[in-house]
Amino acid sequence: MQAKRPISRRWMKIPLFVLCLSPALLLVWEGFHDELGANPIEFITHATGDWTLRFLAITLAVSPLRRLLGLPDLIRFRRMLGLFAFFYGSLHFMTYLWLDKFFDFHEIVKDVWKRPFITAGFLAFVSMAPLALTSTAGWIRRMGGRRWQMLHRLIYLSACAGVVHYYWLVKSDIRKPVLYGAIVAVLFAERGVRRAMRRRTVRTDAGTWISPAPGSADAAPIPKTSAPSSAR
Amino acid sequence: MLIKRGDDIRYSEVTPQKAYLNRRRFLSTVPLAGAALLTNRASAAAKLAAVKGPFSTGEKPTPFVDVASYNNFYEFGTGKEDPSRNAGKLKTSPWSIHVEGAVAKPKVFDLDAVMKMAPLEERIYRHRCVEAWSIVVPWIGFPLNVLIKAVEPTAKAKFVAFQSLYDSKYMLSARFAGIEFPYVEGLRMDEAMHPLALLCFGMYGQVLPNQDGAPVRIVVPWKYGFKSIKSIVKIKFVEKEPPTTWNLSNAHEYGFYSNVNPTVDHPRWSQATERRLGEFGKRKTLMFNGYGDQVATLYAGMDLRKNY
Repeated sequence: MQAKRPISRRWMKIPLFVLCLSPALLLVWEGFHDELGANPIEFITHATGDWTLRFLAITLAVSPLRRLLGLPDLIRFRRMLGLFAFFYGSLHFMTYLWLDKFFDFHEIVKDVWKRPFITAGFLAFVSMAPLALTSTAGWIRRMGGRRWQMLHRLIYLSACAGVVHYYWLVKSDIRKPVLYGAIVAVLFAERGVRRAMRRRTVRTDAGTWISPAPGSADAAPIPKTSAPSSAR
Repeated sequence: MLIKRGDDIRYSEVTPQKAYLNRRRFLSTVPLAGAALLTNRASAAAKLAAVKGPFSTGEKPTPFVDVASYNNFYEFGTGKEDPSRNAGKLKTSPWSIHVEGAVAKPKVFDLDAVMKMAPLEERIYRHRCVEAWSIVVPWIGFPLNVLIKAVEPTAKAKFVAFQSLYDSKYMLSARFAGIEFPYVEGLRMDEAMHPLALLCFGMYGQVLPNQDGAPVRIVVPWKYGFKSIKSIVKIKFVEKEPPTTWNLSNAHEYGFYSNVNPTVDHPRWSQATERRLGEFGKRKTLMFNGYGDQVATLYAGMDLRKNY
């Protein structure tokens, strides 16, 4: 048996956690040192929004990277990455509720209803919430792998809505939202291509897959069961 | 009574050096180089003496660093901090302004000559951006109508069109900025002649920082900030409403008039409130940015929902 690679080690989750948290810690540090620029609230809004999209993209990149790099154990980090997307999304949403709208719920409802970019952002956030809620092993058991996977495809909706939210927000320079859109599109395309290829080569050896259902290898729910599906 | 400005300290010196450096360092991608560059520029800024002018608000001016580091000047980048980083490339001297069109005396003015046309005044104006933030700035200049009268507009002059400098060698391309360059703006003749409309050369007791529209801009305080065009090289008197950059980019969102109006929302956000830089809460936006007493008559009988 070969030696464990660093990413397969249990403690690896700790440095990753700190790394994922560092953008938030940096914001706090900058806040205390008066370094958030002339419009700190806007700065915080943009930073948390950016990190939400980044973590959504990183979470979506886990499956392709496992295959591409031959590192099936990357799946162990996916839940944490997804939860960080939700964490930054929550901060972003809180900034809006509190620092932008000051909990004026009448105004907020009007905003969500009337302004498409807010609607898209709200949709992106709301569709992440059930995923965060059902992210535990207990929920996977309770729901059953298949249904859990179906539910967790909401991340695709969230990523799309998030990119659209950003695109509709900017006044004219669309480079950044287009970049996020392109990254998400590539991550989606990879899945599409794989799915199409898998359809063509129908496997008789069902044992190779965790689940024979098309598209399922993407959403391997828990680390332990996921290893065999990889390395292709 | 006009009170001569004494040898006050410059506004930029009010901010502690450390805080100033810290913020600049943060803004820069190349930390130390950026900090050095910006402090040099700030300390090199020439003083500009001015007498106290009319129409000043008693509100507290926004700190100089904020006004000089939070800018919309897309020629130098679309991020708020980009212009303060990149506008150093702008060469503001020599500078000439072409004044032409429906005037009896068209002329290419040297900037120095323009600045001597009237006594420089300091006017503390509220400035409201269409993006729902606002600042209070002690501008230095004199009424735009001084220059207009000097060139003697003819009866055909119904509008004034302004154009900013554009040099593709060191400015962002229109493709990336998402708006057309050179930047153009316009005012109706009576708006341009209004005593509030300022031809502006400085702020906070010194010449304009490049990112704030050096060496010459206009300030039209009752309209959204983008109407106050920066770094002007051409002024043309015309008969028809001239094209304006943001209107060309998105007519649905940015009208020719663009008067500050809390009752007409931007399609994507409310204009009812604004965030004054440096304040935590939001404040109510005032009709015509609080200059209704002076300018409301200009728009008597106009539907401001249609003419947004």
